Amino acid sequence: MGFGIPMISLQQLTVTYPGASRPALLPTSLSFQAGELVVLLGASGAGKSTLLRSINMLTKPTAGKLKVNGRVIKSERSLREHRRDSAMIFQQHQLLLQQSALHNVLLGRLSYYSSLRSLLPMSVADKELALHCLERVGLLDSALERVDRLSGGQQQRVGIARALAQQPKVILADEPVASLDPVTSQQVLDLLHTLCKEDGITAIVSLHQLALAKSFAERIVALSHGEVVFDGPLSELSDSQVVSIYSQTHYSALPL
Amino acid sequence: MAEDRYQSILQQLQLRRRRRVLQVALLLLVILLCSYFVGLFDGARLLDGIPSLWLMAQESFPPDFTEWQSWLLPLLDTLAMSIVGTALALLMALPLGILAARNTSPHPLVYRFVRGILNLFRAIPELVMGILFVAAVGFGALPGVLALAFHSIGMVGKFIAEAIEHADNGPIDAVRATGATPFQVITHGVLPQVVPQVLDLALYRWEYNFRASTVMGMVGAGGIGLELMSSLRLMNYDVVAAILLLILLTVTLVDTTGAVLRKRFK
Repeated sequence: MGFGIPMISLQQLTVTYPGASRPALLPTSLSFQAGELVVLLGASGAGKSTLLRSINMLTKPTAGKLKVNGRVIKSERSLREHRRDSAMIFQQHQLLLQQSALHNVLLGRLSYYSSLRSLLPMSVADKELALHCLERVGLLDSALERVDRLSGGQQQRVGIARALAQQPKVILADEPVASLDPVTSQQVLDLLHTLCKEDGITAIVSLHQLALAKSFAERIVALSHGEVVFDGPLSELSDSQVVSIYSQTHYSALPL
Repeated sequence: MAEDRYQSILQQLQLRRRRRVLQVALLLLVILLCSYFVGLFDGARLLDGIPSLWLMAQESFPPDFTEWQSWLLPLLDTLAMSIVGTALALLMALPLGILAARNTSPHPLVYRFVRGILNLFRAIPELVMGILFVAAVGFGALPGVLALAFHSIGMVGKFIAEAIEHADNGPIDAVRATGATPFQVITHGVLPQVVPQVLDLALYRWEYNFRASTVMGMVGAGGIGLELMSSLRLMNYDVVAAILLLILLTVTLVDTTGAVLRKRFK
């Protein structure tokens, strides 16, 4: 497509969990360009989370290579820098529920401080940045509110603000709307779409609903049983391919 | 202006932080005052203690194991006491726990009353219970078992009550919706949810009771504690050291067994 070195490329990346007879992710080669929006589609257990988590190495790949801007990550330090550049949004938002929204968003700034320095309060500039992130997700008024007092949709928006505060180049979102109702799901996903477009952030978002995927991205990567079964524009994804993505699963009906 | 709103939020944040700092400072002050009160700052006295400790350490080395055969039976006593004490506590704590849980208690008065009883059991230290039961039923392992059991009821009962209160209401409603009696709701909807936690606690409590029962002998309530106490009185520190090492070995054994069993139950 005329790009230079891909921002992230996986080469024969494989994940086998300890004690498992079959890899959760079969040898997979994929590349993602800067600014691209990509949806990972697939049924539960297809390997979407494993793929996403191996991109920031929360799950260590058992074989293959991960290259970021053409370079393999070797040291602990370069791994941390890679993680700072690739913010993650989780299905269960993974916030500190007893803390304020602002406190949670400030966690996104953590990797900009040394271990010792992070025991002291963060800089005013970072606090203002965190407030700005909360404003962008529409939660400035709830900045000092405890996160467990917020609704599910609001909590996930705090999760998005935390990711934004990292000032990332990539956002990895693992089923970000799976625990939200349909209307809120669409709103949260639209918000994520807008923010990534505005900031030119690459987004790799796993979803299991085709309808939501359609509204989010041009490029679809479909996984089934730990294997990439489709990679291309949404328009080329035929109905029969959709059926095969979800076949041999416990879903009796197709998600619409 | 957005900037102004940021500033006002940051100001609120600072106020909160100041309050937190003040609270921590207050807590530190209380800790310091208490330390002074108990004599922790009496450096001279602490320094004086070091030679005595050193002397005792010297006297207890090497540990004297010559009488080890006479310790085996008391040790077995201790083990038996801890097992029966825990089982007895569990048996009595289960109904009390059900009565002391807000959602299964038949009446708020019953709830208050049983909670009070559980608090009372917990408030009396097991050694004091030991003295009371020795006075009531005479020397030996029996008063030890009763002391361990009754002291444990307080804690185990409260734990069971709390586990019941935190049980998921969904399955309970589902059982009720089948037309089950209140008794059936408890036995088939509530208890299955708390049994794993209670078994876990029972093992933890067994480990605790074993450690507690090693000192029961000090008040004449059976077990290895009696040997320990008589050696201490005679200031035979090498024998004391040997008994303590033996206790350490058995405690480790009991804790390991507990850990293995706990994994099994999960």
